[in-house]
Amino acid sequence: MAVTPDDAVELVQLLTPEGELVEHPEYRVEFSDEELRGLYRDLALVRRIDAEATALQRQGELGIWASLLGQEAAQIGSGRAMGPNDHVFPTYREHGVAWCRGVDPLKLLGLFRGVDMGGWDPEEHHFHLYTIVIGAQTLHAVGYAMGIQRDGMTGDADPARNAAAVAYFGDGATSQGDVNEAFIWAAVNNAPVVFFCQNNQWAISEPLERQSRIPLYQRARGFGFPGVRVDGNDVLATYAVTQAALARAREGSGPTFIEAYTYRMGAHTTSDDPTRYRIAAEVESWKLKDPIERLRSYLIRTGKVDQAWFEALEQESDELAKHIRSGCIEMPDPDPLSMFDHVYADPHPPLARQRDAFAAYLASFEGVEEEQ
Amino acid sequence: MSSTAAAAPAAGQTTTLAKAITMGLRAAMERDPKVVLMGEDIGKLGGVFRVTDGLQKDFGEDRVIDTPLAESGILGTAIGMALRGYRPVCEIQFDGFVFPAFDQIVCQLAKMHARSKGHSKLPVVVRIPFGGGIGAVEHHSESPEAYFAHTAGLRVVACSNPVDAYWMIQQAIASDDPVIFFEPKRRYWEKSSLDVSAGPPPEGLDQARVVREGADITVAAYGPMVKVCMDAASAAAEDGTSIEVLDLRSLSPLDMDTIVASVRRTSRLVVVHEAPVTLGMGAEIAAAVTEACFHHLEAPVLRVGGFDTPYPPSRIEEEYLPDLDRVLDAVDRSLAY
Repeated sequence: MAVTPDDAVELVQLLTPEGELVEHPEYRVEFSDEELRGLYRDLALVRRIDAEATALQRQGELGIWASLLGQEAAQIGSGRAMGPNDHVFPTYREHGVAWCRGVDPLKLLGLFRGVDMGGWDPEEHHFHLYTIVIGAQTLHAVGYAMGIQRDGMTGDADPARNAAAVAYFGDGATSQGDVNEAFIWAAVNNAPVVFFCQNNQWAISEPLERQSRIPLYQRARGFGFPGVRVDGNDVLATYAVTQAALARAREGSGPTFIEAYTYRMGAHTTSDDPTRYRIAAEVESWKLKDPIERLRSYLIRTGKVDQAWFEALEQESDELAKHIRSGCIEMPDPDPLSMFDHVYADPHPPLARQRDAFAAYLASFEGVEEEQ
Repeated sequence: MSSTAAAAPAAGQTTTLAKAITMGLRAAMERDPKVVLMGEDIGKLGGVFRVTDGLQKDFGEDRVIDTPLAESGILGTAIGMALRGYRPVCEIQFDGFVFPAFDQIVCQLAKMHARSKGHSKLPVVVRIPFGGGIGAVEHHSESPEAYFAHTAGLRVVACSNPVDAYWMIQQAIASDDPVIFFEPKRRYWEKSSLDVSAGPPPEGLDQARVVREGADITVAAYGPMVKVCMDAASAAAEDGTSIEVLDLRSLSPLDMDTIVASVRRTSRLVVVHEAPVTLGMGAEIAAAVTEACFHHLEAPVLRVGGFDTPYPPSRIEEEYLPDLDRVLDAVDRSLAY
């Protein structure tokens, strides 16, 4: 069986790499100038967050960092397409989506610095904790969506009441059993869920050819729901495609699989060395499809922003970077006894005794340094 | 919807352990509309052991959910439903089939409350018919409780009789923590008197119970082995040995207060379970009791359990499973010190 060549696959695109608007018969969104500027601002700021976090890792302030470089449009486009009732189940790379859901970037850094395991309230932001085991969260999204169904929040006459769950994962995750089980569950339950796969071409060192013999979005058909491939470096297209999939889910028409075709410009994480497994020419070719440059080019050419606007954004970006740097460095280590907190919703005596014994042990060192 | 009263026996009537769980599930579902059941074959069939018999008919397909055949999927979607405010009760068809769901239980379900600093509650119950003695093929007779008791964030319990089964399943569902609920499948058909109007339950979900008082030695067990130990105690009594039998009920957390109090009275302890002895519940209890009761012990804590082998073919499973004689042999060895 032949693998379908990539150029034979339809890619939903609304903004070309050169920054030209193009029309698509199925996906049309009218963006106001303000919305376009807002999307550009989001893209630029999340790239800055990522750059600062990478630098902080190099300086030894973070244990590890999973960079989103190159995937900003996939995340901002899909993240901004969501409504307040929608609920996100991310992997560990969804910094742009977290930004759209109002999670302070410092909360993301806390996980990678090792001060907590994801310290935000998932319900406050409608953004679940980062999930590190590949694909496990896709099932959580489907279960959550089944809850939404039972709450009567699909197909309601009042659109403000409707909701959907969005599961993020990468191309590698599509090989996992959990992701395939999530597809089956979503299909047979007609669950209001959007599967948002960022195909960044590489699962650490494993290329897509090691994961699939067909374009990923075509797999959805086998599970019984639509799949669509979108240019993941086109923020307008990822917005439009996600908005349509969310509308479908919320109205009660079931799941959609979105394959955002993109590229991981950096390493898998800061511990990885992509020069060992991929060629420079490939990286260079994807640079020409940069998600931020194409929107920048469009905004400048159409006169929607001027130099002063870019300068103001640059200043905002610098302020954000400062907030991230100082916030990260000043993050206090957690109290050692905090590891005993929240293990159980209803604390139990043996663990309480273990905690008390450890507290007494720690207390036995008090004053020891002064004596020496 | 049929009422609990219609399905429940009157005071003094007897019911099986399996039916007691059915009644417990029914009571929990009637009390709280957020309780949903999920599992393979649990709807029209009522589960392979018929524990969910009639519940889909009465509560509908949205609350008694026949799932696709994938255990990780059952647990993963249950976690999502719990995050949405539901209280899922998952049925794993047999002990050996829980392993495909292992990541979802030990990495996701167990840890999410701590990871979220208490923001996300995971009131999920995982029902697992466990243990051997029913002549089944492989993967249908295992005792995987130690894997789960080793994981922080889970509560692990095992019922041993219909009255406990009725109350413990309701307590497990009411718990805001995830509970691994082991059901002794070879005791499903054993009956005892169950008056559902009697209550509240005598013990909390965390507590062990002295099921037979004795003076010479303590024998601790849970689930299917409680009956074996009770039979051993009756037999020993005829020979003049007074065995105190503990039903641990909760494996994590362990009710060490009850265990320690008993060992301090009798000075001797034998722990009995079907799971392999190495690194099993007995190993943990032996270590903890040694630490807490060192000066009270007249003999080392002894363990009676399955061997460190794969669960054997059913024609020889009676050799593998601890029986009355093996329990009494350990009792004799302890008393000989």
